[in-house]
Amino acid sequence: MNTENVEIHKVLDRKYSAGFITDIEMDSLPPGLDEDVVRFISKKKNEPEWMLEWRLSAYRHWLTMTPPEWAKLEIAEIDFQASSYYAAPKNAPKSLADVDPKLLEAYDKLGVPLHERARLAGVAVDAVFDSVSVGTTYKAELAKAGVIFCSMSEAIREHSELVKKYLGSVVPVGDNYFAALNCAVFSDGSFVYIPKGTRCPMELSTYFRINAGHTGQFERTLIICEEKAYVSYLEGCTAPQRDENQLHAAVVELVAMDDAEIKYSTVQNWYPGDENGVGGIYNFVTKRGECRGHRSKISWTQVETGSAITWKYPSCVLRGDDSTGEFYSVALTHHKQQADTGTKMIHIGARTKSKIISKGISAGRGQNTYRGLVKVEKSAESSRNYTQCDSLLIGKKCGAHTFPYIEVKNSTSTVEHEATTSKISDDQLFYCRSRGIGEEDAVSLIVDGFCKQVFKELPMEFAVEAKKLMEVSLEGAVG
Amino acid sequence: MLKIENLHVRVAGKEILKGLSLEVKAGEVHAIMGPNGAGKSTLGNVLSGREGYEVVEGSVIYQGKNLLELEPEERAAEGVFLAFQYPVEIPGVNNTYFLRSALNAQKKYRGEAEIDSMQFLKLVREKLSVLHLKDELLHRAVNEGFSGGEKKRNEIFQLALLEPKLAILDETDSGLDIDALKAVADGVNLMRSPERAFLVITHYQRLLDYIKPDIVHVLADGRIVESGGPELALELEAHGYSWVKDRVTP
Repeated sequence: MNTENVEIHKVLDRKYSAGFITDIEMDSLPPGLDEDVVRFISKKKNEPEWMLEWRLSAYRHWLTMTPPEWAKLEIAEIDFQASSYYAAPKNAPKSLADVDPKLLEAYDKLGVPLHERARLAGVAVDAVFDSVSVGTTYKAELAKAGVIFCSMSEAIREHSELVKKYLGSVVPVGDNYFAALNCAVFSDGSFVYIPKGTRCPMELSTYFRINAGHTGQFERTLIICEEKAYVSYLEGCTAPQRDENQLHAAVVELVAMDDAEIKYSTVQNWYPGDENGVGGIYNFVTKRGECRGHRSKISWTQVETGSAITWKYPSCVLRGDDSTGEFYSVALTHHKQQADTGTKMIHIGARTKSKIISKGISAGRGQNTYRGLVKVEKSAESSRNYTQCDSLLIGKKCGAHTFPYIEVKNSTSTVEHEATTSKISDDQLFYCRSRGIGEEDAVSLIVDGFCKQVFKELPMEFAVEAKKLMEVSLEGAVG
Repeated sequence: MLKIENLHVRVAGKEILKGLSLEVKAGEVHAIMGPNGAGKSTLGNVLSGREGYEVVEGSVIYQGKNLLELEPEERAAEGVFLAFQYPVEIPGVNNTYFLRSALNAQKKYRGEAEIDSMQFLKLVREKLSVLHLKDELLHRAVNEGFSGGEKKRNEIFQLALLEPKLAILDETDSGLDIDALKAVADGVNLMRSPERAFLVITHYQRLLDYIKPDIVHVLADGRIVESGGPELALELEAHGYSWVKDRVTP
């Protein structure tokens, strides 16, 4: 027993591998938020007047709002004046060739090479470092196919009409407290436009990195898929290990027109805090996709292993007839992490379908909540939903909670909900060990089996990464 | 190969094994019979290292090593295998993947080269055909949704694949119909070799019609009270366990 404890402590002491800080000259605002900060950000980005007005209206609206309190999360009051709302590396690069070598090195360490020689094969990457995008790979190749993939700042300048038309059309300015804050102060993010009839020739991905201390990250992503177009998009996130709580409040909007399909995958590994709950990212994210066209499809897949607090409900508004929404989620909470996550499926069009597969894993003193809404409007005749929520508990001090909300306003639709809660049993562990598989490997194996339905939805490279991430996140979970 | 001396084991504070001694040599098949609650399953569990079994006295020497000091996975790699009375389901984990992980973990412990998936698949097909098992077994999750008979056959399949030196069968016959019983026994008989020993724990004599033991032991009240040849099993069948109890109770 004693030797086991030593082993467990060894792994516990191991550091979050993405926890390093890059020492680079920064251009940043002092902490605090007022209208001048909003004006500063807009000016810094050379935004058109309409954009500034949009931000200011969001800011004024935000001032009238209060943070949501319905989630099953214990959060100390957040001082929004203590955070800095803008931080960017000095000497902003004009192209990838100009990117500071220290930045390239930082992304190399994270396994996301940006420089010409070692680019990720078949994946175009937009790298967002604190408040700005530092480079986007494969731009020329994508342009040939008519695909626009660039930073949001660039899109506001270069593709102003598209941005104006779609920004805030899925998540309105006053949608919720954190979305309103994001509208006011978002600094960068990714913009994707896939023209009619185009299948995006490669996976697109954005890699978000928080580096500066006392800084929040507020990114904004907008993806538009025209008729019969297809894109698969991935996002990854990491942050240094610090004993302060940093704020991350993103907004992602997806629009799919007739027969279009968007597949959006997330592997979220923000710094989770230490085993006593000190530090870690507060992750308040609004993600929503609208199936605006008939027969369109939006699929969210998320693997959430990081953050001290996760508050996130990637949703689908199924407006087009015969459209489909999917949500596949694995959320893991270890130590003192808390997650309140799930989805909303809003059926408006006729014969719309949605599917929800949620897998929650709790270890240590982690608290994991699934919260999901399935709403079938009167107009959504003959629609279907299938929901499956499974929770897995490791140890005795963690918790799992499920809050499904179902509203059906017609009599021709079908809604199914299944939920299970299980524990990794001593019997399962002993069975694996009696066959020669060590304890930690046995836990990984059992958890991997539990997550299989979700992992198989991820693009291959990410599925491998997700599996590894689960192993690292669960180290020291048994004993 | 295995020498158990004066073994006393407590489970939840209650003494279950009360001075059990047993010696098993390579190539031998020993049957352990006894009434319910005699400590048969406790013996299997304590040999494979399950938690919650407290050894208060006695020793277990396996191939010159103190078996009780080893973790369950180390015992497995040293060649101890327990076929479970109630095999455990592991949802979502592919049977083939599970077995390859187990085999490679054992090989790694022994300092042998790991086996790649192509070699492994070849090995698996070979064992399947020898045991007359269906391919379908490979594509399913470990024991998930298996019938009682399928679970027991899967245990024998694992036994065939992992090739242990000491195989302990814990009431592998319980809940099996006659066809499944024969299939399981055939598998075990195929695995018999001069290098391998078996400890067959059973409540009923009928399994021993198919797996011929060299030595039969009667376990009652935490001790071996009688040992003999295969004829002992028949006597037990005829007279019942009370016959043994009467003989040992002073």
